Amino acid sequence: MGRKILLAHDHVPGIQGYEVYRQHGGYNSVEKAIKTMSPEAVVEEVKKSGLRGRGGAGFPTGMKWSFLAKPEGVPRYLVCNADESEPGTFKDRYLMSRIPHTLVEGMITSSYALGVNTAYIYIRGEYFYIVSILEKAIAEAYANGWLGKNILGSGYNLDLYVQVGAGAYICGEETALLESLEGKRGNPRIKPPFPAIAGLYGCPTVVNNVETLAAVSFIVNEGGDEYAKIGIGKSAGTKLISASGHINKPGVYEIEMGISVEDFIFSEEYCGGISNGKKLKAVVAGGSSVPILPADKILHLANGEKRLMSYESLADGGFGGGTMLGSGGFIVMDEDTSIVENLFTFARFYHHESCGQCSPCREGTAWMEKILHKMIDGHATVADIDLLWEIQAKIEGNTICPLGDAAAWPVASAIRHFRSEFEEYVKNPKVINKVTRMAV
Amino acid sequence: MSDIKFSKETLALANQIIARYPEGKQKSALIPLLHLAQAEFDGWLSPEVMDYVASLLHIQNIEAYEVASFYSMFNLKPVGKCMIEVCRTSSCWLRGANEVIAHLENKLGIKEGETTADGMFTLKAVECLGSCGTAPMMMIGAQFHENLTHEKLDAIIDTCKQDGKRKTYLDSVVVDNY
Ligand SMILES: Cc1cc2nc3c(=O)[nH]c(=O)nc-3n(C[C@H](O)[C@H](O)[C@H](O)COP(=O)(O)O)c2cc1C
Ligand code: SF4
Ligand code: FES
Repeated sequence: MGRKILLAHDHVPGIQGYEVYRQHGGYNSVEKAIKTMSPEAVVEEVKKSGLRGRGGAGFPTGMKWSFLAKPEGVPRYLVCNADESEPGTFKDRYLMSRIPHTLVEGMITSSYALGVNTAYIYIRGEYFYIVSILEKAIAEAYANGWLGKNILGSGYNLDLYVQVGAGAYICGEETALLESLEGKRGNPRIKPPFPAIAGLYGCPTVVNNVETLAAVSFIVNEGGDEYAKIGIGKSAGTKLISASGHINKPGVYEIEMGISVEDFIFSEEYCGGISNGKKLKAVVAGGSSVPILPADKILHLANGEKRLMSYESLADGGFGGGTMLGSGGFIVMDEDTSIVENLFTFARFYHHESCGQCSPCREGTAWMEKILHKMIDGHATVADIDLLWEIQAKIEGNTICPLGDAAAWPVASAIRHFRSEFEEYVKNPKVINKVTRMAV
Repeated sequence: MSDIKFSKETLALANQIIARYPEGKQKSALIPLLHLAQAEFDGWLSPEVMDYVASLLHIQNIEAYEVASFYSMFNLKPVGKCMIEVCRTSSCWLRGANEVIAHLENKLGIKEGETTADGMFTLKAVECLGSCGTAPMMMIGAQFHENLTHEKLDAIIDTCKQDGKRKTYLDSVVVDNY
């Protein structure tokens, strides 16, 4: 059994409520930080821990925190990114609905470290039912003196609010999120300036993912060095993986980074193998945006060694032969899956979610969806495969925010690894998506 | 002036939300208030409703329109009492999302994107709802319906029909144990 940090108590009855959470060591990190540590010392522990952002980009959290500008007399903000809209990702939902206090606790400790007096949780609108769960947890935290004025008699004040979105993947991008939080359309801002300098209302702001902030409690309680011991190399700690697709046991798993991909897919502890006794065909390992890999490449590196669940090992092979850990949205496809049709669902998604500010993204995502639609309708030719390739190459690197790249990579990797299937498909479209695949 | 106004309770909640933001930043409350308005005024945002919300926040009407038209959860046209939103993205597609849509089209006698003649149901295909591990899935109001089967779909539709009430994102719902 791998070590569990975030989900150590997720099956304890009543853990959603304050009493049981507190009995299991909840809020100890707030007490320890506020009573015995300076804010700078907390930042130092987070730096030592090697914790990297769990929202997708994997940026070192301690370093991000140390960039936060601290001009005199200007408020600073902490914003939790709970927009979770990357297809294949549902871990934040699991964490927030099961153990809401774990996010509240992490946010209080983090706010203290950053010298923040107002913090927001920005949650996607479709998670409305979790808003009431979080608000209840926040009310309990206020009632027990962990939030509000003069927390634990220290003179430190903190208010925490939940802000709800209204259906827009792009609001997961941190600057679009801040626009949305200001009551505007979710159009990403041009960076620099980065949020650490000019974020919410133009003030210095840290934006972190739910899972990142939840991990801070353990780091404060046990020390950064202790956290750094878990995992492998620069992939410190545990990671929540959302496993979906053709596997026997879909769900959210907390893994210690460094286990093999093969173990993760086939062992009973995790995904339990491919459903219906089928063979593995391909995996999208880190949410829809990361390159898809065929079975042999996801299980093994070019040198034949086993590929591991870590930032470095998943990226091994670069863009030609590797992928990314991303948000940890792990989508598994069996031998009967049409790569072309799956790609169509991604292309349609990115077209739907493009905010429309940059022409390569706005036009390119529309065009890619159209071509894939044409393939599925059986009217495409081999030349359309080349056209798809060209379009994705023109989007990548030419846009304001990374959504453009995120739309290009799935297309590029699908063609790179499955070109012959595309050729086969345009000659003889099978339209597998019309075949019954629902559970009986 | 139209006579569109929040109930006393909703107005109190709206004011509580507005108070969360710093002086002069009350526009931050726009999205939450549009949600309250959509739930209170028949499931969609008419220009009059958006003007009312804008007036509460002392912003221009167009600021409300441009936000309402950006976000997919805001309906700018009337919708059925039960808006069925079926996820169609990869993980759900891999486990039969197309079949869910086909089943519902059949049962309701409408196409995706349409509303039944009695105004009871609107069927909409949407993008990933963060429930990929319990695919295929759909939401109605705030309620997630997961691990869908043909039988479950029939039962859900029948229950909605019997109940006959409008479902909103603000409903308090039973949390699925997944
Ligand atoms: C299109 C797009 C969507 C994103 N969606 C999310 C999201 O849903 N949740 C999230 O935490 N980060 C998301 N990110 C990453 C954020 O911009 C940001 O890097 C992250 O919230 C930082 O937190 P972290 O350092 O703790 O990971 C997204 C980025 C892009 C470009
Ligand atoms: S890349 Fe796409 S989503 Fe990002 S700012 Fe440009 S148009 Fe908007
Ligand atoms: S793909 Fe359907 S909920 Fe994520």
